[in-house]
Amino acid sequence: MAKVEFKEALCKGCALCVIACPKKIISVSDRSNEKGYFVAEVNDNSLCTGCAACATMCPDVVIDVYR
Amino acid sequence: MSERILMKGNEAIAEAAVRGGCRYFFGYPITPQNEIPEYMAKRLPEVGGAFIQAESEVAAINMVYGAAGAGGRAMTSSSSPGISLKQEGISYIAGAELPCVIVNMVRSGPGLGGIQPSQGDYFQSVKGGGHGDYRMLVYGPSSIQEAVNIIYKAFDKADEYRIPVMILGDGVLGQMMEPVALPDAIDVSALPKKEWATDGTKSGAERRIINSLYIEADVLEGMNNKFKALYEKLKAETAHETYLADDAEIILTAFGITARIAKSAVDLLREQCVKAGLIRPITLYPFPSDVYAKYAAKKNVKKFVTLELNLGQMVEDVRLAVNGKKPVEFYGRSGGNIMTPEEVVREILKRI
Amino acid sequence: MQQVFKKSSLLTDTPFHYCPGCTHGIAHRLTAEAIEELGGNQGVIGIAPVGCAVFAYNYFNCDIQQAAHGRAPAVATGIRRVCPDKIIFVYQGDGDLASIGMAETVHAAARGENITVIFINNAIYGMTGGQMAPTTLIGQKSTTSPAGRTAELQGSPIRVSEMLATLDGAAYIARVSLHDLKSVIAAKKAIKKAFDYQVAKKGFSMVEVLSTCPTNWGMSSEASMDYVKNEMTKVYPLGTFKEIGL
Repeated sequence: MAKVEFKEALCKGCALCVIACPKKIISVSDRSNEKGYFVAEVNDNSLCTGCAACATMCPDVVIDVYR
Repeated sequence: MSERILMKGNEAIAEAAVRGGCRYFFGYPITPQNEIPEYMAKRLPEVGGAFIQAESEVAAINMVYGAAGAGGRAMTSSSSPGISLKQEGISYIAGAELPCVIVNMVRSGPGLGGIQPSQGDYFQSVKGGGHGDYRMLVYGPSSIQEAVNIIYKAFDKADEYRIPVMILGDGVLGQMMEPVALPDAIDVSALPKKEWATDGTKSGAERRIINSLYIEADVLEGMNNKFKALYEKLKAETAHETYLADDAEIILTAFGITARIAKSAVDLLREQCVKAGLIRPITLYPFPSDVYAKYAAKKNVKKFVTLELNLGQMVEDVRLAVNGKKPVEFYGRSGGNIMTPEEVVREILKRI
Repeated sequence: MQQVFKKSSLLTDTPFHYCPGCTHGIAHRLTAEAIEELGGNQGVIGIAPVGCAVFAYNYFNCDIQQAAHGRAPAVATGIRRVCPDKIIFVYQGDGDLASIGMAETVHAAARGENITVIFINNAIYGMTGGQMAPTTLIGQKSTTSPAGRTAELQGSPIRVSEMLATLDGAAYIARVSLHDLKSVIAAKKAIKKAFDYQVAKKGFSMVEVLSTCPTNWGMSSEASMDYVKNEMTKVYPLGTFKEIGL
């Protein structure tokens, strides 16, 4: 049981988390935040292992990981 | 005060700085100020301080920035070409509101110039020197004793106003020997703690930032206005000396070592029944403009003659202060040459 | 569930101003985490450079001095004399450290200043808009080497880590990268070790961090990571160049 939470307001849509995720459950959505960036989101949290690869590669400390 | 001892100017200044609380010195060799870093290299470790011979003048002034920002009483010294290199750092120190003391034993320029005395750095010292709109508290002592007294208090003044303080000397002041009485050492442990200093003791909302970057125009203008108010307040430090000026018809004016020559010239002129007097600014910034204005308004004063070891720098401030009320003339020597009192008398006699 | 990844307490809540995909943010985080993991309560003083990281004072939750361009190691030297026991770190880019500030860098290392330098090498001037850096690769285009850097015209890139490793005052010098998960984990380890050297008062420590500049390289964040991996590491091999032992 694990999950990730994205602080969307901080996301710049760089997609480094998308590349990093070993389960390929993250994508850049078509929703934009206040700054106008399309934000990253998790498609299926049930597949998340809480490995924190996404958070480790995120340059903007957007992601909190729970396990 | 101790008994009077014979000391070389540079060494007396260094010792007085230590007694005034200087604990950190960063410098680079250049003639004619080398005795200051040499003295500090030996002396500061004795009082628990630190001396570094920096890789450059640029590095030295930035070490001063760091040490001053961390709350230490820091100082550097140099001579003209080295002071030019320090201008970037001085601007940052002024912009970041850091206190420090800088000694410039001026040599002749421009460029590599020569190693003999000059007052060619007047503009650089009192008009900013580095980039941006800032000032320093600038002193132009004319004896070793006066330099000692000034630098002893300079660290207090720097801390009080959070401003760089410059002592503008010259090769004569640094190299000659005179009897001096040195003041007693202050107790640095009793100095008030600098709450703004980045000493690594705070984090979170209480953390301190030493900075001179203000991207927002309004915020930076606010800082500039704060500096303007500070420089207004700094006028309280304005100091000068007058000599036989009250009934004078011709007023000589000079600072530093030139003022001593001018004083001798006043005596010689008085012997020849020429009513000469002297105004000697002790602070070059703030400039004692009011004194000039006062004498310019006097009926007995016919003209001012500014004497400098340059091509005419302070004379511009004298003219601004006199504001057209009386003629302001200039006589200067340069290249490391020093005028004699007799030479000054000849010049004055030509002008009356 | 427990939170297994959260922001270091040595970072403030101010969002980074860096461009999307720029690895400055990762380097900030690793630096903050490494210092935090030292434990103890020594107190920390940072020095911010001029360049993209000029606002670092907004991001690190400690006392900070902002330095003139290239002068951060000299500023750190001054601070070190006043604060002998604090953690002092310097954060600099390639223009700041290896061009205008090379003298300050070399001499701080030569003196064995007990400070830790985080050196971000992204082979370009970011803040000013993509001009050539001392670390720009041969063939790499920049706004001031529009046809691509050539050794004949602009000289060759400087390998700072290798150079500083020759100095006796350097205690720990390593080059790491941030181009993938494995390299980020290794980078963190190296940065932590650099601070361990400082805590042990062993002298000068520096970690050169190969980083990206997607905006000025004109690449996507993913392509930028590939460029670091495939091109930059060829010129700037990863590894530890000096390690005197703790």
